[in-house]
Amino acid sequence: MKRRDFIKNCIVVIAGASVPLSALVMVDPKKVLAANPEIQWAFLIDTTKCVGCGFCVKACKTENDIPFNANITRTWVERYVFTMDDQRYIDSPKGALYGFTDSRVDLGMGEFKEIDPRNVGKAFFVPKLCNHCATPPCTQVCPVGATYKTDDGVVLVDRTWCIGCGYCIMACPYAARYFHPTLKVADKCTFCYHRITKGLETACVNACPFGARKMCNIHDTNDRNTQVILRERVGVLKDDFGTKPQAFYIGLAQEVR
Amino acid sequence: MKNHVWRPLYVVIAFVAAILLFRYFYVPKDFGSGARGFMYAFHRKSNEEDWKKQPVKYRDTGKQKMHEFCGKCHGKEVKVRSEDLHGVIPCENCHGPAFRHPDEPRKLTIDRSRELCLRCHTSLPYTTSERKRIPGIDPKTHNVGLECVFCHNPHNPRLADRRGQ
Repeated sequence: MKRRDFIKNCIVVIAGASVPLSALVMVDPKKVLAANPEIQWAFLIDTTKCVGCGFCVKACKTENDIPFNANITRTWVERYVFTMDDQRYIDSPKGALYGFTDSRVDLGMGEFKEIDPRNVGKAFFVPKLCNHCATPPCTQVCPVGATYKTDDGVVLVDRTWCIGCGYCIMACPYAARYFHPTLKVADKCTFCYHRITKGLETACVNACPFGARKMCNIHDTNDRNTQVILRERVGVLKDDFGTKPQAFYIGLAQEVR
Repeated sequence: MKNHVWRPLYVVIAFVAAILLFRYFYVPKDFGSGARGFMYAFHRKSNEEDWKKQPVKYRDTGKQKMHEFCGKCHGKEVKVRSEDLHGVIPCENCHGPAFRHPDEPRKLTIDRSRELCLRCHTSLPYTTSERKRIPGIDPKTHNVGLECVFCHNPHNPRLADRRGQ
């Protein structure tokens, strides 16, 4: 081999090796479009407005035929009570289906804690539901393809295809899923898919008298709620899990997870 | 290769072929990964339509959209009631979900229970919560055993207003 050829070959090899792998990946136009579809549903929760009445939980259970008194729910409201001496009490009796009608905090196992009103430091209510994550861990673990994310950003469960193994229930970091006791499938919030696709709001948004729950299409920048999400200081739950939740909270305290 | 190698191999090949055949007929044709890819959206496409077909039970849209459903027939009441003290509360929270009213049910069941009012009006000592702005009572001492609607008008519960009527 001549020296000229050797140098030529070296340059070719180096040039070839320096091409990154990603440059050789073919771009799928469908995937590019999916990253920016017309509708992308998002939820906005104003915790400063919630009074813990639980009308949302009641409406959700009625609208979606969830066994009413079973201890399962697609959405729930948590009560946080912090005392002056830095004790933290958190409860959600029956997911706040009947609201918070007791000043005592439910400690579980039939125990209740009465807190001296003068000792209450800060106390607030936080409504919770499925975050409809952009990268949902629950759909990744499904072994049969029964749970999935739709193009408009809603995570749904195929009830005829679910085998009830419960992987998704364990995978959800927000405990938003549960096992449906009569249908024997995994169940979760659907963002009231039958309502939002007809132009209605979800049952819980509809039932909230105080405007603590709101919904919006996050790609519609003219929407007032979208503007709140884009412009104001909103937080998400468990950001460090990398799930990219699509439920945004106003007035989120660091103790809320 | 010898016969003793081929024979079990035929069994394996037949087994795999049987599974693939079963899969071909059993898995619905619209099963696919869609635009979001295999990891997040491997599903049966027609299930999205199944979910859309669920019946809507709470039909009214609330004050923000001027009670589109209830207002169609009860326009006068809706107009008066939405100006009341409790006007911000959606009709169906107390009057019950409409389902296919007025066909079925012909008459809605109104929840007049004490428990319904107590959802908001139980006194809780939470000064940092919006709850502080709502008048609250202690359900253990405030007229125990009586329904709230016995004294209070549920649409306009201030007792002073009632005396004026």
